[in-house]
Amino acid sequence: MSETPAIELRKINKSFGAVHANKDIDLVVKKGSIHGIIGENGAGKSTLMSILYGFYQADTGDILVNGNKVTISDSKAAIGMGIGMVHQHFMLVDNFTVLENVVLGAEDSALLAGGLNRARSELHRLETEYELRVDPEAITGELPVGLQQRVEILKALYRSAEVLILDEPTGVLTPAEADHLFKILEVLKNEGKTILLITHKLREIMAATDMVSVMRRGEMVATRETKNTSMEELAELMVGRSVLLRVDKKPAEPKAPVLEVENLTVTDSRGVEVVKDVSFKVHEGEIVGIAGVSGNGQSELLETLSGIRRATRGTLKINGETIDLANRAPDAADMRAKSMGHVPEDRHRMGLINSFAEYENSILGYHRDPAYSKGLLLDLPAIKKNAVDEIEKYDIRPPNPMLKTANFSGGNQQKVVLAREIERDPNILLVGQPTRGVDIGAIEFIHKRLIELRDAGKGILLVSVELDEIRGLSDRVLVMFDGKVVGERGADAEESDLGLLMAGIEDNKIAVEGDVQ
Amino acid sequence: MFETLILTLDSTVRLSTPLLLACLAGLYSERSGIVDIGLEGKMLGAAFGAGAVAYITGNAWIGLMAGIAVSIGLALIHGFASITNRGNQIVSGVAINFLAAGLTALLGQTWFSQGGRTPSLQGDGRFRDIVLPGAEQVRDVPIIGPIYAELLSGHNILVYAAFVAVPVTWWVLFRTRFGLRLRAVGENPAAVDTAGISVTWLRYRAVIACGILCGLAGSYLSIAQSAGFIKDMTAGKGFIALAALIFAKWRPASAMFACLLFGFLDATAIRMQGQEVPGIGEIPVQFFQALPYILTVILLAGFIGKAIPPKAAGIPYLKERS
Repeated sequence: MSETPAIELRKINKSFGAVHANKDIDLVVKKGSIHGIIGENGAGKSTLMSILYGFYQADTGDILVNGNKVTISDSKAAIGMGIGMVHQHFMLVDNFTVLENVVLGAEDSALLAGGLNRARSELHRLETEYELRVDPEAITGELPVGLQQRVEILKALYRSAEVLILDEPTGVLTPAEADHLFKILEVLKNEGKTILLITHKLREIMAATDMVSVMRRGEMVATRETKNTSMEELAELMVGRSVLLRVDKKPAEPKAPVLEVENLTVTDSRGVEVVKDVSFKVHEGEIVGIAGVSGNGQSELLETLSGIRRATRGTLKINGETIDLANRAPDAADMRAKSMGHVPEDRHRMGLINSFAEYENSILGYHRDPAYSKGLLLDLPAIKKNAVDEIEKYDIRPPNPMLKTANFSGGNQQKVVLAREIERDPNILLVGQPTRGVDIGAIEFIHKRLIELRDAGKGILLVSVELDEIRGLSDRVLVMFDGKVVGERGADAEESDLGLLMAGIEDNKIAVEGDVQ
Repeated sequence: MFETLILTLDSTVRLSTPLLLACLAGLYSERSGIVDIGLEGKMLGAAFGAGAVAYITGNAWIGLMAGIAVSIGLALIHGFASITNRGNQIVSGVAINFLAAGLTALLGQTWFSQGGRTPSLQGDGRFRDIVLPGAEQVRDVPIIGPIYAELLSGHNILVYAAFVAVPVTWWVLFRTRFGLRLRAVGENPAAVDTAGISVTWLRYRAVIACGILCGLAGSYLSIAQSAGFIKDMTAGKGFIALAALIFAKWRPASAMFACLLFGFLDATAIRMQGQEVPGIGEIPVQFFQALPYILTVILLAGFIGKAIPPKAAGIPYLKERS
């Protein structure tokens, strides 16, 4: 293998103040390969890629592109060297057409017409060569995310990128869209492009890459050929200790029902029915998982049950008390008073106020609790003591209740929310996407806490788009599609079976089993 | 009746001109993501600069250059505060309005001692009306004659410049590289940055374009429409222009119609002054003066479609540290 590597990094160092984000990083990326870089959030993957794409300059170290030492002073220089990047948050102008987005920054001349025409024919060529089909005249913001990502890839290819960096590309994609993306990457690879795939998802590394490098706390700890490694080994390398990828739990011992939902129908602001006549029960000591591709009514279901959204029809029986969710619907505070905890799906939008200190976030929604208030005033010493206790119990890092939660990593932010809701000792806990954007070490911890809560005899309703999580944690699984519950399965449900239900194919159980056997 | 209409429309054109110039100025700035509440201040500064210099030199063109220079200077202050230092754009804009209001009155009094006015302009100190070829000959032709001779002919050069600026702005915005980047930076500056284009320089150019147009608007007031600067002579026109910009949903052609509408309301107000409307009585002038704002509020409340500003407008761009 004497071929010159497409990219070679030698002893790259980068610090932000006291934080040493990249320490002596060496990396060799072979031409025409898919090279994965995996690591937990904050391991330094994004910083390293930003250096390669010219967003930051390395403090020390060399970058070699095709064997030549280069300085990449800005993104323009990176583009000039054939390096393209697909960012985690798309760098697209929503109200531009696809064509305008592709051309932006590579317009050829001061007048647009020429550049647009060249781009139109070039897109047509790329479309046939790589099967990247997008309507060039479509308004970008109106396209589904999968297609927007394709526009990002086209942008890079239009600038004749030979090396393509993808930063957490599947975070916003449905499983089907992610599979499609990997197929595209395979085609690109076969056409001789080099791909750097940044992710924290082990499954993707195993599915899509040829080589994988693992980063931990700013250092490159290992590089492996993907076919000679395993998820377990990679997880251990990422975290620095062995990690349990499977959730360890005893069979559930469900008792009396704590939450009974009957004929729930929810209409959204556009007048569309998003939850359609849903009924189910959650018992003490069981975790009920709601699976489904995101956007099939799970979010609205969770919001209605937690008192944030009003239903059109339906009742809720909680601790034996019947509540009409359509008329005189309780609000979030009422639901909390009924001993229902809620870990919202989007912690940034609904779970935390990131410009608040950790101790303030640790009582959001419970600030009227006599334990934390004295008359009109907050009982700050009590609040801070509670925060310190939770930080210790949940291993929240850094262990500083005065720090704004904006400065915490995703996993630690999520722990703040979980600690707040679980420590109030609710009889029912609603949990939405508990591990979205959370690293492996924290996922393990969060899953353990949820199982402990179940074993303490509480009822848990879990909504997640991660099928592995649903299957690992749930004692019963309900699948939602188009606002309806289309099926119920036990803890041992087959992935393929759930997958078909998620795609809206009902009553396929027998057929699927027939196929598998 | 027809004659009244023509005369009202004629003054509509004159009254719309400064609004239109200021509105297009705001369009460049806001399309790039820099909210500009300081249109008023820049116009006022330009009006003073133009009035003073035109008086001293006796040359309207030099006066115009001075007006534009003052306006660009104020625009650069706004740019420095909001682009380079990522300050709050509203605060910076308000500050510029106060600065211009105070400074023009103070300097006017100090230099010319006429209570904040600049001395009356004579002869070439002012832009004079241009009579289009053949205007006098066709004046007596029914319908077309008065339209050509009164409405189209007989305005000063800045009026024509304002209306020519509309298609030019459209062309710049939608047919040139600069326009594409300008629109992009107002929607998603990060996309521009990662494409290897300087967000800062792009926004500065937009702010300078805004300064030039505000300079024309202000100069029009003092050395074309009037014969000299009067204290606070903009009288809220910068804010009306801002309202027109929202009304036009940040689009050039719509901006022209919005400004013509607001200009027409103004012209009507003047014509209606002291006149009885049968069955209603006298309509207070203030009603017409308030109408542009009322219409804008109704628009913003969502009754006449939806006005969606450029997505990044008002938000300073900070390179994300991942």
